[in-house]
Amino acid sequence: MAEALLETRDLCKSFGGLVVTDAVSLLVAPGEIHAIIGPNGAGKTTLIAELAGELKPDSGSIRFAGADITRLAMARRAALGIARSFQITSIFREFSVLDNVAMAVQAHAGHSFRFWRSARRDARLRDPARQVLAQVGLAERAESRAAALSHGEKRALEIAMVLATRPRLLLLDEPMAGMGPQDAAGMVRLLAALKRQVTMVLVEHDMDAVFALADRITVMVYGRIIASGTPDAIRGDAEVRRAYLGEAAA
Amino acid sequence: MSVARRSLVIGVSLAALAITPAIALAAGEPFYVTLLTRIMIFAIAALSLDLILGYGGMVSFGHAAYLGIGAYAVGILAFYGITSGPLQFAVAILASAAAAAMIGAVSLRTSGVYFIMITLAFAQMLYFLAESLNIYGGDDGLNIAQPSDFGRLVDLGDPPTLYYVVLAVLLVLLLLSRQLINSRFGLLVQGVKSNERRMAALGFPTFRYKLVAFILSGTICGLAGALFANLTLFCSPSIMHWTRSGEIMMMVILGGMGSLFGPVLGAALYLLLETVLSGATEHWQAILGPLLVLVVLFSRSGFFGMLIGERTARGRADG
Amino acid sequence: MTAVLEQLLNGAQFGVMLFLMAAGLTLIFGIMNLINLAHGSLYMAGAYVAAATFAAFGSFLLALLAALAAAVALGAAIEIVVFRTLYDREHLDQVLATFGLILFFNELVRMIWGATALYMQVPAFLAGHVELLSGSPYPTYRLAVIGAGLAVALLLHLLIARTRIGMLIRAGASNRAMVDALGVNVTLLYTLVFALGAALAAFAGAMAGPIFTVESGMGESVLILAFVVIVIGGIGSLRGAFVAALLVGIVDAMGRAFLRPLLASFMSHAAADNAGPALASMLIYILMAAILLIRPQGLFPPRGR
Repeated sequence: MAEALLETRDLCKSFGGLVVTDAVSLLVAPGEIHAIIGPNGAGKTTLIAELAGELKPDSGSIRFAGADITRLAMARRAALGIARSFQITSIFREFSVLDNVAMAVQAHAGHSFRFWRSARRDARLRDPARQVLAQVGLAERAESRAAALSHGEKRALEIAMVLATRPRLLLLDEPMAGMGPQDAAGMVRLLAALKRQVTMVLVEHDMDAVFALADRITVMVYGRIIASGTPDAIRGDAEVRRAYLGEAAA
Repeated sequence: MSVARRSLVIGVSLAALAITPAIALAAGEPFYVTLLTRIMIFAIAALSLDLILGYGGMVSFGHAAYLGIGAYAVGILAFYGITSGPLQFAVAILASAAAAAMIGAVSLRTSGVYFIMITLAFAQMLYFLAESLNIYGGDDGLNIAQPSDFGRLVDLGDPPTLYYVVLAVLLVLLLLSRQLINSRFGLLVQGVKSNERRMAALGFPTFRYKLVAFILSGTICGLAGALFANLTLFCSPSIMHWTRSGEIMMMVILGGMGSLFGPVLGAALYLLLETVLSGATEHWQAILGPLLVLVVLFSRSGFFGMLIGERTARGRADG
Repeated sequence: MTAVLEQLLNGAQFGVMLFLMAAGLTLIFGIMNLINLAHGSLYMAGAYVAAATFAAFGSFLLALLAALAAAVALGAAIEIVVFRTLYDREHLDQVLATFGLILFFNELVRMIWGATALYMQVPAFLAGHVELLSGSPYPTYRLAVIGAGLAVALLLHLLIARTRIGMLIRAGASNRAMVDALGVNVTLLYTLVFALGAALAAFAGAMAGPIFTVESGMGESVLILAFVVIVIGGIGSLRGAFVAALLVGIVDAMGRAFLRPLLASFMSHAAADNAGPALASMLIYILMAAILLIRPQGLFPPRGR
């Protein structure tokens, strides 16, 4: 197997007496979609926050493309190509949809100490933004105010923003959250289309989506990894079934 | 359509400002020239605050400090016999920038309520500093013997000349600000106000940009201070009193936060209101105070927003 | 040495008064997420009412009670008329609205009592001096202020740490919604906390009467220093406010007394005469800046939130 793109070793974090990340060792291969599932409170979002750099782990290490990034700040990790979508949509509500994505492009288009030229007429920002919008199916909504979008469209916008940063690794925190079946199916199609182009760590509760997309699945309970492997292996794992899946998924 | 109305309001206001001195002098009421010069100077100060408050979401409650630094730069240099205009203004601008850099470097490490309190505290510190420096007049203030000397270029001692200089500065700043707001830097600052967490997640090192915005804002306010010293030929610690910072902030809110021209109208509104009310009763603050409370509680987009028919919440992202 | 002791005590006296202001502010902010600039007006109200009552009736106790009653009444009025709308608003709105209140109250006291300062005598039973070390007398009244302040601090601590109300306050500070969901009357809790804060401010104001000038605008300089105390101590932390208040008070007193002579030992007297007071007035803010550079959240930052 090629060298792992993302690797954590014995990652630990506690909040007071509560252990939220318990010696998590994870391997994510380049180009794969690696899903993390588990019951609520398993520490999945915390793990994403640690991977993104928003939270500092108490101990353990995180390596990205061979380099140790454990102590690196969030903005620096983003510059390295780690992009994150939030569980609760985090966009620029007052701006237009196109502005939102253009801002993401701007983040990786050199410095922003430019005080004179209008950024809204800068093709180097607007054109890539439009391309990404087309990719996620929001091309007609480009001029709408982000706040006016439906929930599903907002989630799609969030994905567009992270894609616009041309990431090497996508950390997706419940992208399907709150979506109806149609929107969710659209999101699955979108992510499937990105397979192989971008490596993804996907935290999700929607089991249909997980089994449709994931190359490998890791199961977390109370901050600990209890199983990790191919979708078939996980489906058949007795402990996982007892802890999380129940009999329905078999 | 909002754009047309907006241009109309701005155009009419600027035209009114342009012809006022002629009318006032013809009518034998030079007082209005001085009053409007004062309004425009505070409009510049309010504009500078709007850049970081209305667009950047940074609630700096200590902006009057830069007004004071600019004024004292002119005053202290004049005290030592240095009356060269270019030199005085250069010092005023550099000193404000330096102060904003130092204050910003500490304050911007915090946010929210901490930030408000800390900017207030630093402004208070400078106020006390000015009060305690007895050689420069301390509490009584410092008289300035003559206006900044710009040789044959302009005579700032002539009220109409000073008026048009200030008007010109205001116009240039309005234009520059509009370019700034729509530039990459400007959009970034607005993005920080909208969702700083998202900005950081996208990879922007937000601190340095906030600091630069803060410095720009303080510097422009310092320029206003230098002009103020020329208007009043006097500088005293009261320029930097924290209530002055509150007044500048009220001007931004009254006029319409996040609109660039709103603060200009806000300055006019506030100072005209103050002039009218203080003429009516010596207890005018007892009326202005509750009035301000009501405005805050019930206004949405300020006076400018009202004029151009905007009913959305304060601040527009595509302004 | 006696000079140092005297300044230490002066600093402690100023410090406990700052603590009384800061405690109210930090509790109100911690529980209600409300930044209240008009807190200084409550302090001023306490001072004015105490001074006026004392002048009219000669009883210090009555003056104190009147001050407390006035502040609580005033506080309740402000809370109902203005604050109920502000709880859900941005901090900017709260700052501006309470700024408007300050302008109003400062003018109001001028309207009622005129523009000249009120004079409040030290009450007879606290007049005079106490010999601390032989040959160094210290004003009895100031010692009484220190004592009263410490007593109130202790009572506050017991209230917050040991009583049911205190538990609710602490719970409300860390999770408002949960306290509400548990069936506690949050509106009542807010009003109680606000009344407590107002009473603390008025007590400080009443005690300040004989020491500081009772005039319009007296609240604001104390208020801003209270902010500095809260920032240094950590928002929401009473312990932080106590430590920070004493620190600020003592540093300020020492600076004002000893910086000029200290500078004069290696500077010309004229230069020291200017630099000394100038530096002394900035000292607290420099201290604040230094602490913020190391710990932006203050000495005792709030946990969670």
